Amino acid sequence: MTPRMDRIREAMDRLHAAAKAVKRQVKLMEVCGTHTMSAFRCGLHSLMPKNVHLLSGPGCPVCVTAQGDIDLMIELAMNHDVVLCTYGDMLRVPGQRGSLERARGQGADVRIVYSAMDAVRMAKAEPDHKFVFAAVGFETTAPASAAAVLEARRLELANFSILASHKRVVPAMLALLEDPAGIALDGFLCPGHVSVIIGADAYLPIVRHHHLPCVIGGFEEIHMAEALARLVEQVRDGQATLDNAYPEVVTGAGNRAALACIDSVFGAIDARWRGLGVIPASGMAVHGHMQRFDAMRVYDLKPLEDHEPRGCLCGQVIAGRVKPTDCKLFGNVCTPINPIGPCMVSSEGTCAAYFKYGRHEEKVKSGKRKVNLKKCATTPSPHGRGLG
Amino acid sequence: MNRISDNPVTTEALSNHRDIALAHGGGGQLTDELLRQVILPRLGNDVLSQLTDSALLPPSWQNRLALTIDGYVVTPWRFPGGDIGKLAVCGTVNDLAVSGAQPLALALSLIVAEGFPQRDLEAVLDSVAATAAQAGVRVVTGDTKVVGRHQGDGIYITTSGIGLCPPSRRLGLDRIREGDMILVNGPVGEHGLAVMLAREMPHVHSVLRSDVTPLNHLIDFCAQQLGDDLLFMRDPTRAGLAGVVADMAQQTQLHVTLEEFSIPVRPEAEHAADMLGLDVLEVANEGKVVMVVRGDAANRALDALRSAGCEQAAIIGCIDSKHDGMCELHTTIGGRRVIAKPYGEQLPRIC
Repeated sequence: MTPRMDRIREAMDRLHAAAKAVKRQVKLMEVCGTHTMSAFRCGLHSLMPKNVHLLSGPGCPVCVTAQGDIDLMIELAMNHDVVLCTYGDMLRVPGQRGSLERARGQGADVRIVYSAMDAVRMAKAEPDHKFVFAAVGFETTAPASAAAVLEARRLELANFSILASHKRVVPAMLALLEDPAGIALDGFLCPGHVSVIIGADAYLPIVRHHHLPCVIGGFEEIHMAEALARLVEQVRDGQATLDNAYPEVVTGAGNRAALACIDSVFGAIDARWRGLGVIPASGMAVHGHMQRFDAMRVYDLKPLEDHEPRGCLCGQVIAGRVKPTDCKLFGNVCTPINPIGPCMVSSEGTCAAYFKYGRHEEKVKSGKRKVNLKKCATTPSPHGRGLG
Repeated sequence: MNRISDNPVTTEALSNHRDIALAHGGGGQLTDELLRQVILPRLGNDVLSQLTDSALLPPSWQNRLALTIDGYVVTPWRFPGGDIGKLAVCGTVNDLAVSGAQPLALALSLIVAEGFPQRDLEAVLDSVAATAAQAGVRVVTGDTKVVGRHQGDGIYITTSGIGLCPPSRRLGLDRIREGDMILVNGPVGEHGLAVMLAREMPHVHSVLRSDVTPLNHLIDFCAQQLGDDLLFMRDPTRAGLAGVVADMAQQTQLHVTLEEFSIPVRPEAEHAADMLGLDVLEVANEGKVVMVVRGDAANRALDALRSAGCEQAAIIGCIDSKHDGMCELHTTIGGRRVIAKPYGEQLPRIC
C-alpha cells in the first residue's frame, strides 16, 4: 500500500469514527461542480458513513445560469448575425426554443472555446465578423473573461463583446442559509478552484454569522476525504471554524491580481440564479466605461423572462432541497441524450452525475453478491495510476 | 481544333503541383495525373495498378468473409503519433482483426477539398502505404473526388476492408459467461487526448501521442495462443473503454466489473483528461483491443500480449454472476460506481 493510499484510508477512518460519534444525520454541502463529479467518479458516495450526506449545491456554472440568460444567448446567436463563443458545457443546455447546439445546426455560428482569450484571438483574425463571448462561471472563469475584455481594449477591437452572466459563490451560500424554506446544513465543503481566487477569508461571514463549519477542499480523492473528515470532526466537536484543507494553492487573501482584474471590468449587480431567484450583489456586470464590450448594450438586449421547463426540479436540486431521483422527469423523460434541465446537460451537473455514475447505486449497494476480484486476480498497472 | 493539336495540353501545364484543384476529381487528365504520379507510386500493386472498376480477389471457400467500412474525418489531419492516412488503414484493419478476420484487401475513397496542398496529400498517401505495409494488407481499389473549398475541410478518407475469418475462430458475445476475464493491451485514452490537444490547445506541448497502430498481427498471435479460450474482442475507439464494457454488459445482460487500479493509464493522459474535463475511460483509442477470455486462460492471454511487446497489457476485470446488464468500476479508493456508455460529443468543461 502506498503512502498516498494510507492517507486516504486514514482520512476515511477518521470520517467514519467522527460520524459514528455524532449519532444523528449530518448534511454537508459542496458548492462546486468539480467536487460533484470527483465524488461520483471515485465512488466516494458508496464509502460515506450512513449518517453523512454530501449534497450538491449551486456549484455548477451551467446549472445556476438562469433560463432567461440562456434564452438570451440563443437569441443572440440566432438573430444578431454574430459568432457566439462559449464553453463546451453551454452548448446543449435547453432554452425555451432549442439550445445553442440546435441553433448551430440551423446555421448560427456557435463556437466552443477553451479560454475567453480564444474568442479575442478569433475576433482579431476575422475582423469582418462580430464576436460575442458568452461568459459564464464563478470567480474561477471571471478573471479570464475580464482579461479578455482588457486584451480586446488593448487591441482596440470593435468586433468583440461579452455577454456576462458570471456569478459569485459566497452570496449564494449565504442566500441558501438565509432561505427560510432551505434545508438545515451542518457544514460546507468549500470549492477549491474558486477559493484560489477569492481566498479562504471570503467564507468568514458564513462561519461568524451562521456558525457553520467551512472546510476548503481540493479535488483528488485524498483532498476530498481529508476535507470531509475535518468537517464531520467539527460537527462532532460542536465547532464552527474556517479550515483550509487545500493550503497548497489556497491562501487567506486569494489571488489579488485576479481579483483586481475582475474589479477593473466588472461591478457587482443583483443576479438571477436558477432555483435561488435574485441574490443581491451576486452577479457581475461590465462597468459603464467599458460598455462597448458589453453585448447587452452593443446589441441593445433586454433581459428575458425565466421559464422553468415544466416538471423540472433543477432549481430545487441546485438548492439541495431534493435529490435528482426525486424528480419525476429524471431518467425517464430527462436523460443526457434528451436533457430537459441544465443539471442533466453539464458534466458537472448533479443530475448528469447521478445518471452517469450513481443511477444504479442503490441497486449495487443492495446486492448481496460479493464481487471477488481477488479471485479475478487483476494485474496491477505498471503505471503511476494505481494507488495501492 | 488545330490549335489544340498544335499545342497539346500537357498535364504539367494544368497542374501547379501545389494545391489540389476541383479538376483533380473530374475524371479527366488531371485525375489521371494524380493517379499515376501521386497515388500509384505509393499504393500501386498488381491489382490496384490495373485501374479496373472492381478489384477481383482470389476465392477462399473454407473461410468466412468479413467486410467492414469506416469514414475518417479527423481534424487536424496530422496529429502527434499519426495522421489521417495511418488512421484510415488502422481503423479498418483493426475492425477486421477484432472480428477474428485476417485482412485481405482494402478499398480506399479519398475526398479532398479544393486547395488542399498536394504535398500534404502525398504525406497522407505515404502514410497509408507505410501502414498498409506494416499490416501486410494491400489497397486494391479506390476512388478520388475533389469538393469545393467550402464543401469540405481538408481531407476525408473512407476505407472499406475485406478479411478472411478461419472457420476455427469462434468469437461472439454469446460465448461470454460468468468467470470470464477482460484484458486490454496497453494504456488507454491516448489517441483521443492527443487529437483533442492538437485541435483545441495547439500551443500546449505534450508528450502524449496517439496510439494508432494496426493490431492484426498481435491479435492473430494471441488468437493462435489462446485458441478457443479467446471469446470476444472489440477495439475501444470512439466511446473508449467505457463504451465497450458498457455495451458488453448491456448486450449480454451480464454484470461486468472493472478494477480501476488495474486499468493502465499514463499519468500524462490522466492529467490531460483532467485538464480537458474528460473521463479517460471514455476517450478514443486506435491501437487498443479489449479481449474477453476464459477465466483460466487469463494469465496465458496476458503472457501472450506481453511477449508480443505489450508490456503494459493488463487483466482489468471480470464477468460476474449477476444478470443485470450493468458495468461497475471498483475505484482505487475502494468505492464503486457505474460505467455508462458516453452519450455523444464530448464537451469540454467550464472549469
